[in-house]
Amino acid sequence: MKKATFLPYLIWMIMFIVIPLILVLFYAFTVSTPEGYKLSLDNFKRFFEPVYLKVILRSLGLALVSTLICLVLGYPVAMIMAGNTFSRRDVLMLLFVVPMWMNFLLRTYAWLAILERNGILNIALSWLKLPSVNILYTNAAVVLGMVYNFLPFMVLPIYSVLRKIDKGVIEAAHDLGANPVGVFTKVILPLSVPGIVSGVTMVFMPALTTFIISRLLGGGQFTLIGNLIEQQFLVVGDWGFGSAISVIMIVFILLSMGIMSFFEDADKEKTLW
Amino acid sequence: MVKFLKKCYVYLIFAFLYVPILVLMVYSFNDSRSRGTWGGFTLRWYVELFQDRAIMSSLYYTILIAVIASFVATVIGTLAALGIYNAKGFKKKLTMNLTYIPVLNPDIVTGISLMILFVFAKIQLGFVTLLLAHITFNIPYVVLSVLPKLRQLNKHLYEAALDLGATPNQAFWKVIIPEIMPGIITGFLLAFTLSIDDFVISFFTTGSGVSTLSITAYSMARRGINPKINALSTLMFLLVLVLLVIVNVRQEREEKKGKDGKNGSKARIGSPSPDRNDPQFGPDWL
Repeated sequence: MKKATFLPYLIWMIMFIVIPLILVLFYAFTVSTPEGYKLSLDNFKRFFEPVYLKVILRSLGLALVSTLICLVLGYPVAMIMAGNTFSRRDVLMLLFVVPMWMNFLLRTYAWLAILERNGILNIALSWLKLPSVNILYTNAAVVLGMVYNFLPFMVLPIYSVLRKIDKGVIEAAHDLGANPVGVFTKVILPLSVPGIVSGVTMVFMPALTTFIISRLLGGGQFTLIGNLIEQQFLVVGDWGFGSAISVIMIVFILLSMGIMSFFEDADKEKTLW
Repeated sequence: MVKFLKKCYVYLIFAFLYVPILVLMVYSFNDSRSRGTWGGFTLRWYVELFQDRAIMSSLYYTILIAVIASFVATVIGTLAALGIYNAKGFKKKLTMNLTYIPVLNPDIVTGISLMILFVFAKIQLGFVTLLLAHITFNIPYVVLSVLPKLRQLNKHLYEAALDLGATPNQAFWKVIIPEIMPGIITGFLLAFTLSIDDFVISFFTTGSGVSTLSITAYSMARRGINPKINALSTLMFLLVLVLLVIVNVRQEREEKKGKDGKNGSKARIGSPSPDRNDPQFGPDWL
């Protein structure tokens, strides 16, 4: 049992993970000239053209808004679930994650039937004698899709952190005269920061990189960074620019990972990179 | 009163999560092409679904790829976990970090980087590339499922087997493998589910003629709502639900056997997110 049995794995990962990433870097930092590939930052320069800057700002904005909404909606859920309101907590938590196991694409698609002009939402609104709304193919629909898809990613880490809080600490705060608001802001909230940070990154990252939600619910052409990357590779065929955007995306992800790992309690097996 | 409000709030969120899925399911039985009207109960869309050649062909590829990819990934991943468990220092760190790259990388980056590799290496995009891509993103999940089981393993078990006269081979196959089997099976099922579920990576690594269910559904969905997709979604959701129940029942039995380690066996499938961007994958979720 002392043999290095991870060798096939190592070779596989180098071939299909490391080398492809090096290729992405290669295409991002070179331009093709008649004399062959030349080292250049031109691909990154293009990113600062107003058209593309707008895309990245919109992506960051929508991801941020969705993350905030998830936090506001999700924190109370996590808190209630972690408390003793419900008796079968485990079953409830399982029910909470079951929708996530439906294909991501199909979950997003489901909203089409609800949001479209003759969809359920407008039928319900007309029953209530309310004016109909048309939010499909707008930013609002994209945010809705993101919140719907990523809400569990916010709730789960916060829930698991809240569950681990020593009940004695909370009782002690009560005993020492803190009112419920004080207990929450001075004890529970600070103790749940690792969960919040983890939840925020786990919503923010996929929200930033998605291209399905924006394509299906947002309608228009390359709305978000993800769509831009897809376009460059599958439609325009500009690998250099596409790779450069991917590199920028990876940098964003690494940054948020770095922030998160700062808060994470030291898990020995997890090495940071 | 407060308790009542709390319950209401949670139920409201649950409604938010489940209503779209239910709507989809109800519409799959609607005998009318337009969504606004209910035209009565029908199984027409299900019949049409099974007569659709494109969907049937993608179903075939989805299952074929999921089976092969999860099997290969389980073998390589289990070997890798054993190796990582026994390795020390730099090698261990290096391999563990390699494991986390595809888990943390956005799918779209994994997808396009693999596409670049295949085109660069002049491998025709199609079945083979799709399979290679699926094996690649599956392996880390097998590694991460098997490792906790290894950590629960009594270090002296292997030596005891040797002392009692087993050859190293026998000790490995008759002692170590059965001990970590639950982790291996969990890893396999997780890989299988992820493989069926994947869209983004498949989207970039497939070629003409070969398509998975997600890709077919995507190209249909882009053209608007199609009752056949509703039927397909309903079936896929039920399938995943059944898989989930099987895995959870298995794990519950496992826990009842009383071999409860500190965390490993509590790592339920279904609780780790299906999204590969989940850094907290593993224990401590439920």
